Parts: sequence; structure tokens; C-alpha cells
Amino acid sequence: MADTTTHTEVVFRIRRFDPATDAAPHWEDYRLPDTPGMTVLEGLKQIKESQSPTLAWRSSCRMGVCGSCGMFINGRPRLACNTQVSELEASLVTVAPLPNFDIIRDLVPDLMPMIDAHAASHPYIIRDDVQEQQHPTGEYWQSMHQLEEYLQFSYCIKCGCCMAACPTYATDPQYAGPMPLGQAHRYNADSRDGGFTERRRVLAGERGPWKCHFAGECSQVCPKGVDPAKAIQLMKRALVLDYLHLWKQPCPAPVAKPLAGLKRREGIPEAPPRTIGVAGV
Amino acid sequence: MRDQRLWTWHIGAGVVILVLLGLHMTVMHLDAFVRVFNATPEEPIHWSNVVARGRSVFFLVSYVLLLGAALYHGFYGLRNIVFELNPAAALKKAVNGVLVAAGIALFVVGTWAAWASFQFARVAG
Repeated sequence: MADTTTHTEVVFRIRRFDPATDAAPHWEDYRLPDTPGMTVLEGLKQIKESQSPTLAWRSSCRMGVCGSCGMFINGRPRLACNTQVSELEASLVTVAPLPNFDIIRDLVPDLMPMIDAHAASHPYIIRDDVQEQQHPTGEYWQSMHQLEEYLQFSYCIKCGCCMAACPTYATDPQYAGPMPLGQAHRYNADSRDGGFTERRRVLAGERGPWKCHFAGECSQVCPKGVDPAKAIQLMKRALVLDYLHLWKQPCPAPVAKPLAGLKRREGIPEAPPRTIGVAGV
Repeated sequence: MRDQRLWTWHIGAGVVILVLLGLHMTVMHLDAFVRVFNATPEEPIHWSNVVARGRSVFFLVSYVLLLGAALYHGFYGLRNIVFELNPAAALKKAVNGVLVAAGIALFVVGTWAAWASFQFARVAG
């Protein structure tokens, strides 16, 4: 049951591990005054400043955008910068590195297996018109409906919380995991992309979406509201239809024609002068 | 690519099971509402109804189809569970071999049983 009483002090129970000196991880307690609005990340910084200068973790933006500070906080993968101590409704805050990854040190997990699987699935727009991509003459045409097909998946910040929550990835490191698969679907679902066949070479193998049990935990814990479980099911459907020759890769979106016959509204200022690509800048 | 093929057949087998098991449940347990494939007004498991269904080529085919689909669906699921334990490549190969051999053996025995009961029902009828 949640502890709703007001506390003047909060205990941070942190899982520590230094590979140079420790044989195994262990827990250490640190006491801090409970200040309103304090995030777990701020708590960690206070501990590092005042009690344990050797404490290690990853963080950068402090506003839930960079995806660096994914941690296992009170039994759930969360972003430390995005989690206020008060919302945990407990006087004890347990902080551990994300499960399902090796530990580099203290709260720093080794995310390279996730990044490698992500890179292997070609997470970028693949098209044949190399000339247009290198020297664009305009934007690729895309409707709002087509944008909706992949928009939510593009909010992924690669924090690894979904990987830490995945029960399949916990037992089977051969499984690519929700982040790489979800991001592969993000590009497969993009109307500007034509790389389904190329990604299929990776995704249709043993590491592909087949191993997903649809537990849905990845979607539950995602701090950005992305639904990787849905992406994986949609990918399964696409691959099954592809095997049955019922899947037709649509032609990648063409370059949008310049708008003609439009007049500039009065009072709208000119765009600032171009700086990128200008010689000498 | 191989897993894409195996998964697609797994899904296909699931659909076959859904349809044929649905038919079985309808015939055996919903006879009060839907009287299909029961030749007499007796219970579905009454001898006369059993023999009448047993004589049907449709039921012979559906039994064999259901057997094949259930064996493939179940053994593929079992294979996935074992593979999630991340066994060595040699063990994976052995598991594949054992499951394929067991599946074929059970399918042959089950098909023979369905065929024998079909022949018996034709004589008994």
C-alpha cells in the first residue's frame, strides 16, 4: 500500500558496484532531506556532492528528452529526471541500474547490445534516389494520415526502459528487444521509406518479433508514451503478409511539388538569411 | 527468413485449430441449440451419432487436419519455449530433430487411428 504520509527525510537505497573493487553489487543507504519537487536525479546529485563522490550514473538533459538516465526506481524502469520522489509515495527510494543489461559501474548499464541491435535494423530512411537525398530539391510529400502511422514511434528516446521491462529479453538475449524492433517498424511505417526488404533480412530471422509474448510491459513503462508492443505486433502482421505475398511495399513518397498560386500574407516577416551551406560560414 | 515461414505456418495452424475446434465444440456441446452432424436426436456421444460422424469423409479429413495443425502449433510453441532458454546451437539442432520426429510419428499414428475408425464405422453402419 502506498505510503501517503509526509516525510522530512527520504532514504535512497542505491545499488553500488565498482568492478575494480567489488565482486558483486551491493546496496548502500543515503539519507536526504525530502524537499518538494525533488527528482530522483536531483537526489543522486545531492548524494554525489555531499556523501559519495564516487557514485556513477548517466544523465544529461534533465528534462526527459535525452534518454540517458533510465534506472530501475522502486521496482520499475523510469527516467530519474522525470520521476519526483513525492510521486513514489514512499520514504524509501530504491535505485538500481536497468535490469537485463550488464553493469558497467553503479547505475550505469551497458546498453551496447541494444544499440547494436538497433543499428543492425537500419533505423533510417532508405530510398533509391540517392541524388535527391544528397542534394534535396524539396520535401518528400506526406499526408497527416501517413504521419500518424509512425509518429508515436518516433518519440522513442532509446532510454532502454522497455528493454529492462521485457520478460522475453530477460531470459533470451538473442531476442532483439522492443526498442530495436519498435524503431524498425517506425521506419517501415514511414511513407517516405522504401527499406522494408532490406530490414526484413534482419527482422525475419531468429532475433525478430516472433519471440514477443505480448506481455505489454514495454509499453507500460515507456516514459514517452510509445507503444513498442503495438509496433511489434504490426511488424509480425507485415512479415506474415509478406510471406504470403499479400504485402506490397508502397512506392516511397515523391518529392512534393512547389506550391503554386499562393500569395504571402501581409505582415509576415521574411525568413532569416540562409547560413547552412553558405560558403565561408 | 526461416522464422518468418515457421511463424506464418504457426498462425495458419492456429486459425485451423480455431475453426475445427469451434466445429467440434458446436457438434459436441451445443447440440441443444445447433443440431449439426448428429444424425439422430440422441446425445452427440450416442453410438448412432458417433458412427454416423465416423462414416463421414468430411470428419475424417477434419480430424487429420486438426491433428496436424495441433501438433505443429503445439510443437512450434514448445520449441520456442526451449529456445528462449538460450541453449547451445547443437542442442537447438537436437531439439528441432526430436520435435520433428515426434510430430511426424504422432501424426502417422493419429492418421492411422482416424482411418481405422473411418473403416470401422463404414462396416458398423
